Amino acid sequence: MKKLLTLMVNGRPREDAVAENALLIDYLRDTLGLTGTKQGCDGGECGACTVLVEGEPRLACSTLAHSAEGRHIETIEGLSTAGNLSRLQRAFHEHLGAQCGFCTPGMIMAAEALLRRTPQPSRDEIRAALAGNLCRCTGYVKILDSVEAAARCGDVAEVAA
Amino acid sequence: MNAPERSLTHIGQAARRPEGVGARMPLIDGVDKVTGNARYTADLPAQGALVGRILRSPWAHAEIVAVDITAALRLPGVRAVITGEECDTPYGVIPIAQNEFPLARGRIRYIGEPIAAVAAVDEATADAALALIRFEVRELPAYFEAADARKADAVLLHDNKKGNIEREVHNEFGDTAAGFAAADLIREEVFECAEVHHAMMEPNASLAAWDAERGHLTLWSVTQVPYYVHESLSRCMNLDAAYIRVIKPFVGGGFGHRVETLNFEIICALLARAARGTVRLLQSREEAFLTHRGRPQTHIRMKLGLTRDGRMTACEAEVVQRGGAYGGYGLVTILYSGALLNGLYDLPAMKYDGYRVYTNTPPCGAMRGHGTVNVRFAFESLLDTMAAELGLDAFAVRRRNLLVAPTETINGLKVMSYGLPECLDWVEEASCWSERAARPRDDGPIRRGIGIACSHFVSGSAKPVHFTGQPHATIALRVDFDAAITILTGASDIGQGSSTIITQVVAEVLGVAQRRLRLIATDSALTPKDNGSYSSRVTFMVGNAAADAARNLKRVLVTAAAKRLQVAEAEVDWLGEAAAVLGDPARQIGFHEIVEEALVDTGMLTVKGTFTCPVEFQGGKQRGGAVGSTMGFSYAAQAVQVAVDTELGTVTVEKVWAAIDCGFAINPMSVEGQVQGAVWMGMGQALSEETVYENGRHKAVSLLDYRVPTMAESPDIDVHIVESMDPNGPFGAKEASEGPLAGVMPAIAAAIEDATGRRIRDLPFTPDRVFDALNRKPRAGAIAPATVQGEA
Repeated sequence: MKKLLTLMVNGRPREDAVAENALLIDYLRDTLGLTGTKQGCDGGECGACTVLVEGEPRLACSTLAHSAEGRHIETIEGLSTAGNLSRLQRAFHEHLGAQCGFCTPGMIMAAEALLRRTPQPSRDEIRAALAGNLCRCTGYVKILDSVEAAARCGDVAEVAA
Repeated sequence: MNAPERSLTHIGQAARRPEGVGARMPLIDGVDKVTGNARYTADLPAQGALVGRILRSPWAHAEIVAVDITAALRLPGVRAVITGEECDTPYGVIPIAQNEFPLARGRIRYIGEPIAAVAAVDEATADAALALIRFEVRELPAYFEAADARKADAVLLHDNKKGNIEREVHNEFGDTAAGFAAADLIREEVFECAEVHHAMMEPNASLAAWDAERGHLTLWSVTQVPYYVHESLSRCMNLDAAYIRVIKPFVGGGFGHRVETLNFEIICALLARAARGTVRLLQSREEAFLTHRGRPQTHIRMKLGLTRDGRMTACEAEVVQRGGAYGGYGLVTILYSGALLNGLYDLPAMKYDGYRVYTNTPPCGAMRGHGTVNVRFAFESLLDTMAAELGLDAFAVRRRNLLVAPTETINGLKVMSYGLPECLDWVEEASCWSERAARPRDDGPIRRGIGIACSHFVSGSAKPVHFTGQPHATIALRVDFDAAITILTGASDIGQGSSTIITQVVAEVLGVAQRRLRLIATDSALTPKDNGSYSSRVTFMVGNAAADAARNLKRVLVTAAAKRLQVAEAEVDWLGEAAAVLGDPARQIGFHEIVEEALVDTGMLTVKGTFTCPVEFQGGKQRGGAVGSTMGFSYAAQAVQVAVDTELGTVTVEKVWAAIDCGFAINPMSVEGQVQGAVWMGMGQALSEETVYENGRHKAVSLLDYRVPTMAESPDIDVHIVESMDPNGPFGAKEASEGPLAGVMPAIAAAIEDATGRRIRDLPFTPDRVFDALNRKPRAGAIAPATVQGEA
């Protein structure tokens, strides 16, 4: 059974007929074509599908689309504004926080939530906050470097809201 | 940044171009990755594509008696149902060991093996169709351990393989009997290494489009080796390779999982042809674990002889690998495990007996550090404990056995550059090894320790898997009216950054800006064939081909510049983005003018470059001599600091210092990333990763059950780059991605011993094993207890 879903995605209002049992990840990827959000596992194992719901990190693979009714969803596609990379995107790019790039969107969204909450996290605070996001390429070292570099850049990126 | 400034002993920093070789350049496709624009196979537009699904065997070993697909075919919305009948041509990466069918045919050999597949209009219909397929089988005895499969009365998995031995290797180099006779200390130990899996982040996926009118197939897939996939499709579909196009989009890691054609890639293509349309076959994480191809469970008995002052005299190793149900890369793995005992130290004699065994478990294959990792764990562990017994320092015993390049090992492996001494020096200093006795060690139940080990790996196998007589690598450069330089390469960037390395090489040779370069990779309709991303061959081989291509293009452009400037070629001052007359910089023309001149009469320029390993590097003539041959070995040393909780048995790696001799760092940031990734992956194998089978059923098929370390458990890893300037590598470069892995497990074992006095010889060092080792009480019914020094 489909029913109408009304929400904001990356600052833009959406209204779509969505199956009641649809997962948020499938709504984002299949209905909206926002394929930046990745599915890396069979549900809640890897963190690759992390998006922000009202600014909080959520696993889109384990979230019903309709539970986001009336809320604001942010995905990796919403972070850069007017062609400018966000500070986290720039830091991940320049410090090699991304190798294969598959975990990167989820990692950056989880880090974005962290920096909004804790603008100057310690290395161990970053480790704790991103422990639910697996990466198999980097050994995490350059991801930590990237998040630290982004935090040094100062203010939170302008949030499309 | 953790990584210290690297020492630049050979090329002045000032001479380095910001976008050429030696630059810490971000990945050329990095922006796509951080913005979510990068399209992986599952992200490709596939409007209207059918959904593919695979039915997997619940039986570990069985003969197929009958299959009934009529009910499934009758289900509305089902467009194709295929079984083993669809393909009677076996495939496999090793031409002489092809014994796997994309869908089981006649015999099923492991739980999870694909036995049928469906293409349907949606997921629900596809799943419903799978449930309607009926198999009648006759179950056979199944073997989940190598020892059981080798028993005299065991049923053969493959009729032509007696004793269920896929490959037996016996060779001896040097005189081991004399070597052991000359030894002052001989020790023999047994090591057990659990099976591990790549767990690359992107699950498996393929998209196949069958053009029924033309009889053409296009396949997009997650492969590291698009050329092998192309070749396998042609064979298995009985379809001329000219009618096939294989495209590798962005790929989310591989680590060896994708260095051979995998069953789902062929199944997806077969489904598309059978359904006469486009099929998208996305797979679960569980299916990646069942497709497997990981590092095999390995039993190692190793014997080493040392003189009183630590000189190695001889080594003897018996290695048994539980290979799983099919050949895959297994033959290479068991050969490498012997051959690559050499090439790290000056080992005067060695004897090797290797057994690759067929079992009713998912097929093993190549995984980062292919073949070397488990034997290196055994060797370094044994060396360490024997050195301690002789009262020798861990660094000293390794320094006593160094090679001097250029040299050739007893099994004919050429070593042209050797930066291991410098790696050891840096690790010793950075880890404050000499002051380790003064470190704070105990903190309640927590004990701290430090250990070291070394490792190495090939920079590409000098003998390609498929012998064709063609160059080992080919790159094409295309220049047309727009004066852009388009690099066409078949090399598979799977996240390791090979595309970036290629552009740095081309930018360096031509002196042009990165912005002028455009790289198109891995589309068989456009790009030259490449053997693929395996055995760490790409930087070395494709890098050399890229330099060759760039030099060839430069020659054409210099000729054109000379003509336009009306001077002799020798008088052209090549400025990269421009050319001038030597000594008269005012007479200068820009890149567009040079290209305009070059295109007169000829039109679009296509220039190519190639690389082939000279035959003298393809291994000695003696038996076993060609195995492991390469043009350049990378070398690595690492020190690891651990904290062991003696009450819980948990081991935490607190810090790693890793040095890599990669010849020359074309991109130092990339080298650091590769080393950190390799060290960390080794740490996962050391501490927590292992597949778990219960009666042949894989029980750890999620990333929660198969435990890769999270960020919270992962240490800082300092990287130091040693540049030994290999005489044959592009600008002196060798590989950097696999060599550092194998030393991690023995270094952690040494650190645990330093902390607790106990040496553990079974991987991984899980809390159970560590606790048992600390308490020396093997528990009845518990998982395999650790072998503790001094015990049988």
